[in-house]
Amino acid sequence: MATIELIQVEKKFGANYAVKPMDLTIRDGEFLVLLGPSGCGKTTTLRMISGLESVTAGCIKLNGRDVTWIHPSQRDIAFVFQFFALYPHMTVRDNIAFPLQAQQVPRAEVNRRVDEVVKLLQIEHLLNSRPGALSSGDQQRVSLARALVRRPAAFLMDEPLGALDADYRETMRAEIKRLHIDQHATSVYVTHDQIEAMAMGDRIVVMSAAMVQQVGTPAEVYYDPANLFVARFIGSPGMNLIRGQYEQGQFIFPRGDRYTVPANWRPALDKALNGAGEVILGFRPESGKVEVQQTDNLIKAEVYASDMHGGFSMLHLDVGAPNVVHIRANRDTDFLMGERVHFGLDPAMVRFFHPQSELAIRREEN
Amino acid sequence: MTTTFEQTGPRTPVVESIRVDKLSPRSRLAGRARAIIATVLALISLIPVFWIIRTAFIPLNEVTAIPPKIIFTPSLEGLVGLLTDDRILSESALAAKRNDPNLSFVDRVMLNAGREVVGSSPYASQLVNSVVIAGASTILSVFFGLLSAYAFSRFNIPGAGDLLFFILSTRMLPPVVVTIPIFLMYRSLGLHDTHIGLILLYTVFNLSFSVWLLKGFIDEIPREYEEAALVDGYTRLQAFRKIVLPQALTGIAATTVFCLIFAWNEYAFALMLTSQNARTAPPAIPSILGSGGIEWNTIASGVLIFLIPVVIVTFALRKYLLRGVTFGAIRK
Repeated sequence: MATIELIQVEKKFGANYAVKPMDLTIRDGEFLVLLGPSGCGKTTTLRMISGLESVTAGCIKLNGRDVTWIHPSQRDIAFVFQFFALYPHMTVRDNIAFPLQAQQVPRAEVNRRVDEVVKLLQIEHLLNSRPGALSSGDQQRVSLARALVRRPAAFLMDEPLGALDADYRETMRAEIKRLHIDQHATSVYVTHDQIEAMAMGDRIVVMSAAMVQQVGTPAEVYYDPANLFVARFIGSPGMNLIRGQYEQGQFIFPRGDRYTVPANWRPALDKALNGAGEVILGFRPESGKVEVQQTDNLIKAEVYASDMHGGFSMLHLDVGAPNVVHIRANRDTDFLMGERVHFGLDPAMVRFFHPQSELAIRREEN
Repeated sequence: MTTTFEQTGPRTPVVESIRVDKLSPRSRLAGRARAIIATVLALISLIPVFWIIRTAFIPLNEVTAIPPKIIFTPSLEGLVGLLTDDRILSESALAAKRNDPNLSFVDRVMLNAGREVVGSSPYASQLVNSVVIAGASTILSVFFGLLSAYAFSRFNIPGAGDLLFFILSTRMLPPVVVTIPIFLMYRSLGLHDTHIGLILLYTVFNLSFSVWLLKGFIDEIPREYEEAALVDGYTRLQAFRKIVLPQALTGIAATTVFCLIFAWNEYAFALMLTSQNARTAPPAIPSILGSGGIEWNTIASGVLIFLIPVVIVTFALRKYLLRGVTFGAIRK
């Protein structure tokens, strides 16, 4: 339906950047998630695309048409707000019909399309109630209906699940995903919840401090974070990061344990660090494996704490204060606090970061 | 380095709630006492109104009776005296007049008070002046106040704080201080004793109040509603009309009543800036002194009629007012 292009778009409030110049192309039919902590500029970016916020420089194109200075009502986009923004003085039916009335659609056609969209969202029984009387989940369904009824070129959603109760959230997440697949509409979705972003996005734009940190598929940002921020922010808990020394193919932990890095990392590390130097080792909680017996290339640690998460246990291992790493273990494992253990790492899952630039060190593709 | 933890707290699940949500007898008593105090206060503040109503319908010769009369034969003497010009008749003229077969109801009422109707008084037209001037200035000040309050609330206006203070500062002078300069200006502009002159003046005075009050109400309406309307394909003005206006009704009603009461009751400017043509009721009422002594019943009738329009408007808008005057007390 629509391709959205952002070309060197920026937003300044006074001398401060709310969004530093960014380039982004949102492909036709794509579900793109803007992810980041609060105040990182993700909502501002979305509002600039909608036209509710003006840009201070740059250019926004919708299907090749320059819409940078076009009024929101002329952009053919729909916006779903976190707090629904359903007009409290109108019934659900009037709320949904409201965008169509702006286009002077004939009454019969309005009724037909409202009925169609309420059927799709299964909210027929709510048509005559007022928004104030609905549950938060139903309110968000109505506001989705209001967005869908117009068949806009693109959907912009600003944390649409943020104001919902926990049990509605899972349901609505699935509903929005199905709707997207069903309608095949270009969607931009803002959230601070990385689980939501991973679950819903075709691609994720991770933002922090008014800057785009990484653009990639959920797998890319999870497995190959571009920098330390992304590594920490994605995943719960985030990636384990340990600052240590690298020399001669070995990573030396702060306490002196030596870990032989996988062979395919050696050339990249030698090159990036000029043979030896400080480096940050990163690995995801599920790529560590705890062993009781000392075998080759294992790292010594003490159990700091262990949490039962139902399907698995999360072990917090002390590898020399203040470094505590989190490792996912089988749910049957039971360790006492302070017990000495060893853990190994999945060689395909280790990552390295440059301590000064905080950027990921990339392997040469083979 | 193995640590052991000891479990504390209830060993068995808590299955029975011991929370008591019922009011204590003491707080129930306090609630009843509050209601009684409110009733007493309401009655005390209504005493002047009752007294005005009494005086409006009492015959003149019983108005100043001591002790004051509560029970009397009601008479329309005051009301008729208010709307007519009359003169006192001598005993012989009275007797002659009584035998006249063509007396109207009005004549008869005045005859009982020993008077004769000689023409109509200007009070009715003065009341019309009041309605026109207060009504028009209220509509204007609420309309312009709404537009500028919306602008102050939603747009990034340079120096908005200073401008708002400047608007408020027009309220800081007592009206008496500016009556003379305004009188001189109005005389040279030809606005003296015109309806437009007073409408203009009251609009200006009420505008500061209406801008501030309405800004508070509009600030309360989340911007998202209009933003939703904007992306839904409406212009800013359409969004204002369809979304902001219906939600600001409470504030508009409260502002209307306050502006109306000010314009309706205004005395000093009306006294200075009008003479015949545009004179409103407030400066007119004290001038109904009557020919034979102070006609308290006529004055009370004037006051009573003067009160009615404001009571009607306030009553019509009461459901908005309850929310309006307590506005800001509760945050959602």
